[in-house]
Amino acid sequence: MDDFLIRALLGGIGVALLCGPLGCLVVWQRMAYFGAALSHAALLGVALGLFLHLNLQFAILLVSLAVSALLALMSRRRDLSSDTVLGILAHGALALGLVLLAALPGIRVDLAGYLFGDLLAINRADLVWIYAGGAAAMTVLLRIWRPLLSLIISRDLARVDGVAEPRIRALFFILLSVVVAVSMQVVGILLIVSLLIIPAATARHFAGSPEAMAALAALFGVAAVGGGLSLSLIADTPAGPSIVTVGAGMFAAVAITRGRATG
Amino acid sequence: MNAAHESAAMMATAAAESNAPLLRLDGIRFRRNGRVILDNAELSVGGGEIVTLIGPNGAGKSTLVKIALNLLAADAGVVTRAPNLRIGYVPQLTAFDPTLPLNVRRFLDLAGRGRGRGNADAAAAGRALTQAGAADLRDAPLQELSGGEMRRVLLARALLRDPDLLILDEPGAGMDINGQVELYRLFQAIRARRHCAILLVSHDLYMVMAATDRVFCLNRHLCCSGQPEDVRRHPQFLALFGARAAAELAVYQHHHDHEHGLHGDIRPAGATAGDVVSTAAESPAGDDGAGAGAGAADSRPAGAARVAPESPSPPNSHSARDRPTHG
Repeated sequence: MDDFLIRALLGGIGVALLCGPLGCLVVWQRMAYFGAALSHAALLGVALGLFLHLNLQFAILLVSLAVSALLALMSRRRDLSSDTVLGILAHGALALGLVLLAALPGIRVDLAGYLFGDLLAINRADLVWIYAGGAAAMTVLLRIWRPLLSLIISRDLARVDGVAEPRIRALFFILLSVVVAVSMQVVGILLIVSLLIIPAATARHFAGSPEAMAALAALFGVAAVGGGLSLSLIADTPAGPSIVTVGAGMFAAVAITRGRATG
Repeated sequence: MNAAHESAAMMATAAAESNAPLLRLDGIRFRRNGRVILDNAELSVGGGEIVTLIGPNGAGKSTLVKIALNLLAADAGVVTRAPNLRIGYVPQLTAFDPTLPLNVRRFLDLAGRGRGRGNADAAAAGRALTQAGAADLRDAPLQELSGGEMRRVLLARALLRDPDLLILDEPGAGMDINGQVELYRLFQAIRARRHCAILLVSHDLYMVMAATDRVFCLNRHLCCSGQPEDVRRHPQFLALFGARAAAELAVYQHHHDHEHGLHGDIRPAGATAGDVVSTAAESPAGDDGAGAGAGAADSRPAGAARVAPESPSPPNSHSARDRPTHG
């Protein structure tokens, strides 16, 4: 097996393992659109990174955090619904990113690579980012898992029990930003959310506990990466979309065969 | 003066003299979007007391409870909690999000802070479930519980925290009379066993009258408070609840007449008229609004109903006369 394939597989698996539990949290909190907004804003991070000569993942992380903070501020306004605010931020940031990329002097960027991922071009530094960032994120996630679950189950109950809601939520946003930053290379800006929600949604059919659902989601994600990369090799299709296609296919198969059981 | 009244009076006096109330809200004001939801509202719960907060829909009951729980911040007023007060909260949570797979056991485990871990936590959860009458629900998925089952599980969760004060928001909502009677018996049993105070939010007058030590009647401000016997005669109370109150009270009276032997130790039927009505409930006109926030609910003798501002004349006498047609 070629080196680039091994790197692609390792990178994809690392991201899938991280996306499993975080994707469950996104699904439980109905935050798919929030994830989409963060990932759209990642293109602005790419543009800024190229412009300021920063590490791209780091630049994406910064922009994601800024967007999260901005969103938290804007969601206090009661005259706009949160999906409207999300839409403005997501597409505003995406458009600004595209404009900046076009305006960058003397740089021809591979826009498709950012939008749809370029897993086969992943290098060692990217792998370090994925596994170091992923390990840090998982450590934080384990620490906030219980209080975050309590908040998701009932915000009021959790707060009466003494859960420090602002801190836990802030940490969760940071985690999500990390995921966006490390996932972009794998499936691209436009498909990051699918890597979060499709494995989680597939796992819901089999899981009896939150932890089981998180673990199963990670497994389904890994399976989608493996299947997608194979499809990409055999049919010479782009890796990122192939992974998402396989994932969506697994979800469809599960939903059709087990649909009646869970309604 | 009957024994029950006396013991209630002693309890209230004890709460006032020896130990401060567990929870006390004074002069609470709360606005949202420019609308006044609460204005000069108050509430207090003493140790071991069962207190009910009643009021019509939109009176701000749930808001006041959320302020008491620190879930909302009042715009003005003082919230005092006893030091290290452990509160068990049972919210109105009927439907559970089906995207999160969770059974009752795991739900309780999450509430237990994971201190004991494993067996100790599981045993405590089992005891709490049994006490809440939900032992058979241990392995049920949360999203498959009925409203009543969910409330029992939430009660078990609250008990698991070994609370000094249980706060329940509309615990009897959607239940028939038998279910409610059972529920209130459960509350009495829990208090007897755990010596915790209980604060109930309710608009079910029948239950309030039958099973509560003290009633706070809220409609943005505190309308009246005191023992159930006093409050139900209070003009402000009757003005608020009108015809429905009359009907409910007719049921109550009926119940009272026929069952006073069984209830003897709680509230003998024969003692209702004379000694209870004599207090502040009879004089609504004299008070003004400013007085409502100042006095302490537990520093006055038990049985005194506070009279709060507005509606100077009691427009309720007709509804009292209507009673026979409902009964």
